[in-house]
Amino acid sequence: MKILVPTKRVPSTDEPVRVHPDGSGIDNATLTHMINPFDAIALEEALRIRERQGPGVGVVAVGIGSVAFESELRTALAMGADRALRIDCDDSVLDPWSVAQVLAAIVRREKPDLVLMGKQAVDDDSNQAGQILAGLLDWPQATFASKIQFLEPARLQVARETDRGLETVVIRLPAVVTTDLRLNEPRYASLPALMKARKRPIETVSQRELGVSLEPKVRIMRLEQAAVGRECVRVADVAELVRRLRYEAKVI
Amino acid sequence: MVILVVAEYDTAHVRPGSRSALGVARDLAARSGERVEWLVLGSGLDSVASDAARFAPVTVADHPLLVQATADRYARVIADVARAHEASVILANATTFAKDILPRAAALLGAAMAGDVTGYSFADGELLLRRPMYAGATTATVTLAGRPYIITVRASAFPPAEPLAKSGECVAWNVVAATLPNQIEYVGLESRPTMRPDLTEARVVVSVGRAFRSSEEFEQYVGRLADALKGAAGCTRALVDDGITPNEWQVGQTGKVVAPELYVALGISGAIQHLAGMKNSRIVVAVNSDAEAPIFSIANYGLVGDVRQITPALIEELNR
Ligand SMILES: Cc1cc2nc3c(=O)[nH]c(=O)nc-3n(C[C@H](O)[C@H](O)[C@H](O)COP(=O)(O)OP(=O)(O)OC[C@H]3O[C@@H](n4cnc5c(N)ncnc54)[C@H](O)[C@@H]3O)c2cc1C
Ligand SMILES: Nc1ncnc2c1ncn2[C@@H]1O[C@H](COP(=O)(O)O)[C@@H](O)[C@H]1O
Repeated sequence: MKILVPTKRVPSTDEPVRVHPDGSGIDNATLTHMINPFDAIALEEALRIRERQGPGVGVVAVGIGSVAFESELRTALAMGADRALRIDCDDSVLDPWSVAQVLAAIVRREKPDLVLMGKQAVDDDSNQAGQILAGLLDWPQATFASKIQFLEPARLQVARETDRGLETVVIRLPAVVTTDLRLNEPRYASLPALMKARKRPIETVSQRELGVSLEPKVRIMRLEQAAVGRECVRVADVAELVRRLRYEAKVI
Repeated sequence: MVILVVAEYDTAHVRPGSRSALGVARDLAARSGERVEWLVLGSGLDSVASDAARFAPVTVADHPLLVQATADRYARVIADVARAHEASVILANATTFAKDILPRAAALLGAAMAGDVTGYSFADGELLLRRPMYAGATTATVTLAGRPYIITVRASAFPPAEPLAKSGECVAWNVVAATLPNQIEYVGLESRPTMRPDLTEARVVVSVGRAFRSSEEFEQYVGRLADALKGAAGCTRALVDDGITPNEWQVGQTGKVVAPELYVALGISGAIQHLAGMKNSRIVVAVNSDAEAPIFSIANYGLVGDVRQITPALIEELNR
C-alpha cells in the first residue's frame, strides 16, 4: 500500500504573523517555518499505519512549492517518510484549486491507495484542497478525521469531528482522508535523523513536467493586520463586574 | 440565473446561520437582479421545506438516499441543481457540513471557492470578499475567477434574513437514485446531549480553559454559570485534548466561531488560535489568575483571581 502525504511549509504557529506594510503579503524575513500541523498529524498517522502493517506500506511526502519547501520535506524524511517529492512551482500564487490539480496529477503518476492530508493549511485556513482533490478524482473522502481504523485491507472506518459531534463513516480505498487535531500526537524528528535526512535525495518534478498549468481561482488582492485589542477595564470584584455588565455594557 | 443557498436545518427549522447566508444572497441579488432560492437536501423534508419557504423559494431534493449528508451524494446533487438552475453563486454558512461538501461540489463544477467570508464589497463591478487568514491575525481581500462562485460565510458576521411577506414556492428536484454515488457509508453520530443553547446561536457563551480538570468540575462551575446566564458552554482545545469536553464545544481556529453579545472566558490564556473563534464577541469578560494573560488584551472587563472562587461567587451574585 502506498500513502501520499501532502505537506505544506507554513509559518510557525508559535510566532506572531506580521503583514508587510504594503499589504502584499506577510513579512517573511524573520519568520521560522514548520510543516503545517495538520500535515504533521497526517504523516504521523501514515507512519503508524506502516508500523502496524509492515514494510509493504510506503509513505511519500509531497510538497508543492519553491526550493524552500525542502527544509520541511527533510523533516518529513527525518520523521520516517520513505520518499520526499517536491513539485517545483511558484507557491505564492497557489490556491486550494491549483494544489488539488497538482495533487491529482501526482496521484495519477504515483497511484497511491490513500491520500492522507491536513484538513487545513494554517496559513490560508482554506480547508478545501482535500475535498477538491477527492472530487476531481471521484474518490471517497472522509474529512476531519480523529480516528482511522482498517476494517479490511481496503476498507477504512473513520471517526469525523463535526459541529454536531463525532460522525463515523466507512469508505473504500482509494480515498482521501483529511486529519483533525485529535487524531494523534506527531513524533519529533530526532537530531541524528535530521542530520541523516540532509543527505537523502528529494525528488523534484517541475509543474510543467507534470503537465499541469496553474490557474488559481482565488486571488489575494490585499492583506491587512486584523485589528485586535480592547481597552480592558480591570474590575475589583464580582460585584463590580456584575454591576458593569448590567448597567454599563447592558448585556445581562 | 439564480443565487443558490444550501440550507442546514434541525428537525423542522432552517438554522439561523443558513438564514445569515440567505441575507448575503439577497443583498447580492439586489445588485445583480438575480433570483434567490434555497436548496434543501435530505429525506422527509416537508416541514423543513415549508419553514424555509417563509424566507425564499425552495428547491427540495428529498430522497431516502439523502437521509445522511454524505459528501459524495450531496456534492453531486448540489452540482446538478447548480447546473440546471444556472447558479451564479452558491452560498452556505461556514459549518463542517458546508466545509465537507462544498469544495467537492466546486471540483465537480470547476467553481471558484472562498470560505469563512466575513465581509464583501464591490469594485468596478467585481465582488471583493474579505476572509481571515493566519488564524485571524490577518484579513485578506480576495477575488474569485470562474463561475459559479462558491462562498461560505461566517454567520456571526451577518444577521439572519427575516421572513418574506408571502411564502415562496417549494419545487421538488427529481433525485435520480441511479446517478447518486455510493462511496461513503454513514455509520452513526455520537454527541454529548446538552439542554443548553447551540454555541453558535447563543446570546451568551461561557467558555473555559485548562484551569478546569474534569467533566464534573466543568459542570459544577461552568455549566451552572452558563445556566445562570442562559448561555451556551464552550471551551478551548486544551479541554478537548484532555477528553474533558467534546470537540463540538471547542471555540477557535479549528473549532467553532462565535460572536455572542457576551463571552465569558474563564481560565483561558488567550492563544491566537482561540481568539480566532471569539474575538468578535461584543463584550468579552476574562477571569484569570495570571494578570499578564494575553486574554486580557482583548477583554472589555478583566478580573484577576482563581476561577474556583470567582465562578461560584459570580453565580451567586447573578442569582441575587
Ligand atoms: C494548529 C492549531 C490549531 C489550534 N486550534 C485551536 C482552537 O481552535 N481553539 C483553541 O482553543 N485552541 C486551539 N489551539 C491551541 C492553542 O494554541 C492553545 O494551546 C489553547 O487555546 C490553550 O488553551 P487554554 O487557554 O485552555 O490553556 P493554557 O494556555 O494552558 O491556559 C490556561 C490559563 O488558565 C489560567 N489558569 C490556570 N488555573 C487557573 C485558576 N485556578 N484560576 C484562574 N485562571 C487559571 C492560566 O493562567 C492560563 O492563562 C490550536 C493550536 C494549533 C497549533
Ligand atoms: N503547497 C502545498 N504543498 C503540499 N500540500 C499542500 C499545499 N497546500 C495545501 N496542501 C495540502 O492541502 C491541505 C489543505 O489545505 P487548504 O485547503 O489550503 O487549507 C493542507 O493541509 C495540505 O495537506
